[in-house]
Amino acid sequence: MTALTINPINMESSPVAAPERRTPIDISKYKMIAENVTVSYGGIDAVRNVTMKFKENSVTALIGPSGCGKTTFLRCLNRMHDMTKNAKVKGKVMLDDIDLYSKAIDPIYHRRKVGMVFQKPNPFPTMSVYDNVTSGLRLNGVKDKKILDEIVEDSLKMAYLWDEVKNDLKKSAVELSGGQQQRLCIARALAIQPEVLLMDEPASALDPIATQKIEETIIELKNDYTIIIVTHNMQQAIRVSDYTGFMYLGDLVEFGETKKLFTDPKEELTAKYVQGHFG
Amino acid sequence: MNPIQQRRQEYRSLFKQNVAKRLLVDKVVKIIVFSCVIIAIIPLGSILIEVFKNGLTAISIEFLTETPGSAGSGEGGIGPAIQGTLIIIGLSSIIGVPIGVMSGVFLSEYGDNALARFIRFFNDVFMEFPSIILGIFAFLIIVLVLGHFSVWAGAFALSLIMFPIVARTTEESLKMVPMTYREAGTALGLKKWVITFRIVISAAKSGMITGILLSVSRIGGETAPLIMTVLGSSQFFSSMDTPMDALPLRIWRLSLLPYDSAQLQGWGAALVLIMIILGINLGVRYYFTNKKNGFFGQLIKQRKKITK
Repeated sequence: MTALTINPINMESSPVAAPERRTPIDISKYKMIAENVTVSYGGIDAVRNVTMKFKENSVTALIGPSGCGKTTFLRCLNRMHDMTKNAKVKGKVMLDDIDLYSKAIDPIYHRRKVGMVFQKPNPFPTMSVYDNVTSGLRLNGVKDKKILDEIVEDSLKMAYLWDEVKNDLKKSAVELSGGQQQRLCIARALAIQPEVLLMDEPASALDPIATQKIEETIIELKNDYTIIIVTHNMQQAIRVSDYTGFMYLGDLVEFGETKKLFTDPKEELTAKYVQGHFG
Repeated sequence: MNPIQQRRQEYRSLFKQNVAKRLLVDKVVKIIVFSCVIIAIIPLGSILIEVFKNGLTAISIEFLTETPGSAGSGEGGIGPAIQGTLIIIGLSSIIGVPIGVMSGVFLSEYGDNALARFIRFFNDVFMEFPSIILGIFAFLIIVLVLGHFSVWAGAFALSLIMFPIVARTTEESLKMVPMTYREAGTALGLKKWVITFRIVISAAKSGMITGILLSVSRIGGETAPLIMTVLGSSQFFSSMDTPMDALPLRIWRLSLLPYDSAQLQGWGAALVLIMIILGINLGVRYYFTNKKNGFFGQLIKQRKKITK
């Protein structure tokens, strides 16, 4: 058990600093903790004061209507907002016992622990299937052909793409169908052997069969990964996740066990949303 | 019919009006566009026809390989000029392309600050500079300092013309690469330079090559800066520190001579220059578009098979 000293980032620059916690967080049960995370674009908050804890080897779903900040929140778990010019993140994101937003750490190293699958398939267009899957490793200096071959087969099998591409791994990635491309992106994210997997509506471009395969993958991956998935599909959240967070207009309205959230929500707003009254 | 349905009917009938007129406008626009293209092509075509007609009669093996004969004799050739043009294009590209590409990468990938905005503006102005000024600049800082005309000075002047063009086109083609590829690379834990050079550049390659070829074509025909730097010569290349001949210089000198035979040789030299530029363009493009399946790709594959 590691006691933590809380050191909110951007203390100087932010008018409202994250409040000091009085007791150290017990991190042994949690893989990832987001604490008082606020993300703003050009001064307008897209996500406000969200605190979420993600248990190791669990699947957490984030649901909510369009524009509620699910994706924005997911992206700050991987410091993807570093690339957006006027985005500002306040608060803390802990991965194990490391604050991802502390100045001392190198985000590049920690991104290798956190894989990400995006909403739209984005395989590298100039690379083959094989090169896409291995890109994270090759471009980080892994050269052993035997290891790469093994990882390619492993990752593609986990993403349920192996059978469709095993005969032609040198084929260009853009020749695959949209659904295959998305599964390729999942394989690519898995190939760097992350500990946490962030998925931003990974099945929105897939047909029902591929979606089912992906969901099976997610449930199977749970044994080795901590998975956080953004989805519009509430049935999907029920099927794959252990915990669900419901977001609305940038706030985390409710967060708890999936079963409980869908059958016996605490908040009225959540009840309305999961029963399909709006969204 | 309720009012909303009625309004919808009105809207629909609006689209049915003036069909004949709209079709006519469509045709007129098409005709205008086509005739503008024809007008633009006529001078280009007539120049090409004129060059081919006059130039072909001048071309022979001797003309392509020999040094120039005495003025007006109609003897000799443009061998040194061809050699010089190839040398100066190659040398300028070796200097200008890497600097231009790197500047383009800076402007596109790190260009979100005041320094980059300043450089971008300066670069755009630089691109429009009259080439003779760059020639004078090279003359002042290299030729005058060293005390003699030289190939280096010419390559320096031409690479100055080249690099803003390459920088601008590189920047534009890198910006065309969707952010999602950079995001994917970032999420894989790749360093920024790896993402830029291994992912983004390879996706932007064809645009960058177009820019580089554009700049090669541009410097291939430059005359003014060469007058100030390599001067011209009637001998083959001897050293980097002596004057050298180049096709634009030779064309210029030949066309100034009052002899029909010299002017005919000028036409021939112009034809050779056009063919060299065309050849470089087609060759590079063919090499890159057919890298895997084309002639070169097949050669590489075969060699790989043999070595296995």
